[in-house]
Amino acid sequence: MTPSVIAGLLGAALVGLGLYGLILHPHPLRKLLAFNLIGSGVFLVFGIVARRGAAAGLRFDPVPQAMIITGIVVAFAASAVAVALILRLSAVGRRVTLDPEVPTRPDGGDAK
Amino acid sequence: MIAFLDLLSIAAIAAGTFFFFAGTVGLLRFPDSLSRLHALTKVDNLGLGLIVLGLLPRAESALSALKLVVIWALVLLSGASTAQLIGRALRRGRK
Amino acid sequence: MSLLPYLDICLALLVVAVAFWTIAARDLFASVVGYVAYGLLLAFVWIRLYAPDVALTEAAVGGGVTGVLLITAGKRLGGLRNVGQGERPGFGLSLVAGVLAAAVAGALCAVILMLPDPPPSLAPEAVAAIHGAGAGLGNPITAVLMSYRSFDTMLEKMVLILAVVGVWSVGADNAWGGAPAPFRVSKPDAPMVFLAQMLAPVGVLIGIHIFWVGADEPGGAFQGGALLAAMWMVTMMAGVAQPPRVDARWLRVALVAGPAVFLVIGLAGGVVAGSFFAYPPALAKPIILFIEAFMVLSIAAALPMLVAGSPGERPDR
Repeated sequence: MTPSVIAGLLGAALVGLGLYGLILHPHPLRKLLAFNLIGSGVFLVFGIVARRGAAAGLRFDPVPQAMIITGIVVAFAASAVAVALILRLSAVGRRVTLDPEVPTRPDGGDAK
Repeated sequence: MIAFLDLLSIAAIAAGTFFFFAGTVGLLRFPDSLSRLHALTKVDNLGLGLIVLGLLPRAESALSALKLVVIWALVLLSGASTAQLIGRALRRGRK
Repeated sequence: MSLLPYLDICLALLVVAVAFWTIAARDLFASVVGYVAYGLLLAFVWIRLYAPDVALTEAAVGGGVTGVLLITAGKRLGGLRNVGQGERPGFGLSLVAGVLAAAVAGALCAVILMLPDPPPSLAPEAVAAIHGAGAGLGNPITAVLMSYRSFDTMLEKMVLILAVVGVWSVGADNAWGGAPAPFRVSKPDAPMVFLAQMLAPVGVLIGIHIFWVGADEPGGAFQGGALLAAMWMVTMMAGVAQPPRVDARWLRVALVAGPAVFLVIGLAGGVVAGSFFAYPPALAKPIILFIEAFMVLSIAAALPMLVAGSPGERPDR
């Protein structure tokens, strides 16, 4: 069990946990959090590709690592947009839910 | 001299680890939030301080030694402030 | 016999346990606190994979800033925090979801155990490219970000701006141009103000330091910028500063500065150095640091704006 295999299995477990939470949690923010768990699990799996690709005098492959860094920042940006949408949904609708059956307010919530 | 410094490192880090251990036990075992907070501050202040003290003789340069001390100072500052904030939030919640 | 493998396994189990807690916790707040701890623990895993740059980014952005984003959002949702407690999914759905999640995780495990040997690697190409165009950079990650894959990095900055535009755009129509809701409405606690006043100057210094050493050691524009962003958010949370209006000229210039400077220099590279996003080898390091300085500025402006949210949101929402 090298560190990279342990980290890879950890990444797989995180993806599974996140997927479970994403499906089962009714609260949209909890769904978003679970989605972020999936994301970091995927980054870990990609990270062991970087660790295994050690060559040319480096202990890691710098290309996947650089992409993980940009990936973490992009994941945060996407989460921020999702949060803005959720807050907007709560301002427009009576309940915060992704259920399309729940009606929105007739005034569209734009006033105030 | 070298042996003395090694001994100092071992003693300080061992003592720091003990405070971390005790603080964690307190965090898990103490009954209410304020006493748990009390246990945590020991970890921040003494535990980390002793570990930094033990690592100082092993620092590669004066600059990295300074960085270690700065880390401890920053943890002291944020730890003390958050402990105050949590304490105040608790008091507000009780009223 | 080394102790390290056992520590690795303990760390992995701890991360899984904290991740489980963030999924299983009843309360949104508890779950977010678990997520922040999870981000910090994950940073240790990254260090074990010889990825200190990723560890810094994960701790700062993945744990810290995302935690602030979710806690702020939870507070703004207010009384709806525990929405949907009554609509717990039934046993059947839980079982199906659990089986599906286990199947996906199991398949990933199988893939990880069957990764090709010898592993493919871009490291030789990256190192060759570093010695060509990014001469003088000791940190291969920074060299990849700023030289070997510089186009990706610039587009990623554009994504940040698009996200800010997206967050601003979902606000109410009549609030356009206004300031986002303040981080806190009540009078801030004295310790919070003290913390902001003491921490912000030191934190700004450390952020600039991390950006500067990023050329040769772990660190760089993302990590330094995230730290500066955190300091701005701390001052806003303490009420020492307020979120700016989204139509403020300086804010928009700061947001666009990073990718704009990057793009202009990249285009100039086509004329001066012979290809798009190439740097003249003699000047590569100063040019890269020049671009990075503006990127730090843009990141430090974009992250707090993403957390602050749409303009004109009422704090009680």
